[in-house]
Amino acid sequence: MQTKPRLLTVLDFVTAALFVLATGMVFFYAPLEAVMGQVQRVFYFHVAAGWVGMLSFLVAAIAGVVYLTSTNRKWDIVSLSAIEIGIVFAFINIVSGSIWARPIWNTWWTWDPRLTTATVMELIYAAYLMLRQGIEDPDRRARFGAVYAIVGFVSVPLTFFSARLFRTIHPIVIGTNEAGAEGDFDMTPMMLQTFMFSLLTFTFIFADLLWHRIRVGRLADKVEQLRLKTIE
Amino acid sequence: MTCDTQDTVRNPLLSFLRALSAVVWKDLSAEMRSRELLSAMLVFALLVILIFNFALDLDPKTRQESTITAGVLWVIFTFAGTLGLNRSMAVEKDRGCIDGLLLAPVDRSAIYFGKTIANLVFMLIVEIIVLPIYSLLYNVNLFQPGLLLVTLLGSVGYVAVGTLLATMAVQARTRDVLLPILLFPVVLPIVLGAVKASGGFLDGIEMAEIRPWLNLLVVYDIIFIAIAFMVFDFVVEE
Repeated sequence: MQTKPRLLTVLDFVTAALFVLATGMVFFYAPLEAVMGQVQRVFYFHVAAGWVGMLSFLVAAIAGVVYLTSTNRKWDIVSLSAIEIGIVFAFINIVSGSIWARPIWNTWWTWDPRLTTATVMELIYAAYLMLRQGIEDPDRRARFGAVYAIVGFVSVPLTFFSARLFRTIHPIVIGTNEAGAEGDFDMTPMMLQTFMFSLLTFTFIFADLLWHRIRVGRLADKVEQLRLKTIE
Repeated sequence: MTCDTQDTVRNPLLSFLRALSAVVWKDLSAEMRSRELLSAMLVFALLVILIFNFALDLDPKTRQESTITAGVLWVIFTFAGTLGLNRSMAVEKDRGCIDGLLLAPVDRSAIYFGKTIANLVFMLIVEIIVLPIYSLLYNVNLFQPGLLLVTLLGSVGYVAVGTLLATMAVQARTRDVLLPILLFPVVLPIVLGAVKASGGFLDGIEMAEIRPWLNLLVVYDIIFIAIAFMVFDFVVEE
């Protein structure tokens, strides 16, 4: 049993401090948006969560490629950990977006390309977890997981592109058509600083969670190997 | 098999093609004898038409939009396709044929492309039978060259990803429910593109407006055939 690295403890504290600071900036430093009012403040963490979601899935796909070329179990743990974090943050992204959209677009949901892509992404990675659950052999589970992480990630831009094409050629009447334009605003420097700081904070949260999750994954791996050994 | 072994040893492409055609031929002749896969897919397709007929009221007098026709067709193809893909890989797994295939001294990608082509043939047969039946039932002409091209492009992409994912799904514990869950979110661009392009051809929209969709289908086909070709080894490795 390895002890918790000092650096990880430091990272924990830095992340917590950054998060408190970012929350403070969102509520007290960033100015009130003239048209949308208080609800606009959700934007900072909304985009930051979306960024972490995308980053995690990218990390998972890259870790998948590295696993397939090296067959080092470490990379499988990285891939799984990143996807679990990604699912949570993509979900936060969708929910916070809905909260914002209700007063601004007057609907919880529209089939805008970004929303569609976010939903499909959640479904892909939910399928990833189900795939892993159905396979007992650890090596095969890792291989299949890596393959699906790659296939899933490659399909995401195509989904986004097709959903955008879908809307531009045939505009839809229900809901807002120009979803990107509705609720658009120009950021003041203070808003931009808050936004950038939120992105930085969430990237730290991602790194911190990933590190913790990888440690848990290593332990789970060890337990599984011991169990297989006793069966033999 | 007319070419001699000397020839195949010298020419790797020739031996690849021979292995490929052997896999395709094995699937087709097995299907010709049992007919269990095609009959299941076809009956299922007809049942889906029946259900949609009542669920969406497909009568052309009440339904003018061709997007409905395109949408129903692609729902039929994707669902029937999943049925076929699952069965085609489950047969290999259950009877231990996949181990025999893997033991054969041929390139693994020959097995992948062989299975893909066989699955594509099954899907195209179902489509070739469903299209005239649909035309007959709802009095629309579905035999337009553009629509057939879309059907082909869509099926290629669908089967290319589907064969890869079905190979993984049949090796999992929850295999029957797993394939559609794995396949549908990934194959969404194909369904979207195919529905839009088919609807466009049925409406007689200008080619310039349909072309982006055709491009999307072609790009998807190329990307996913390439990826499946690269990763298939890892999916069948023991």
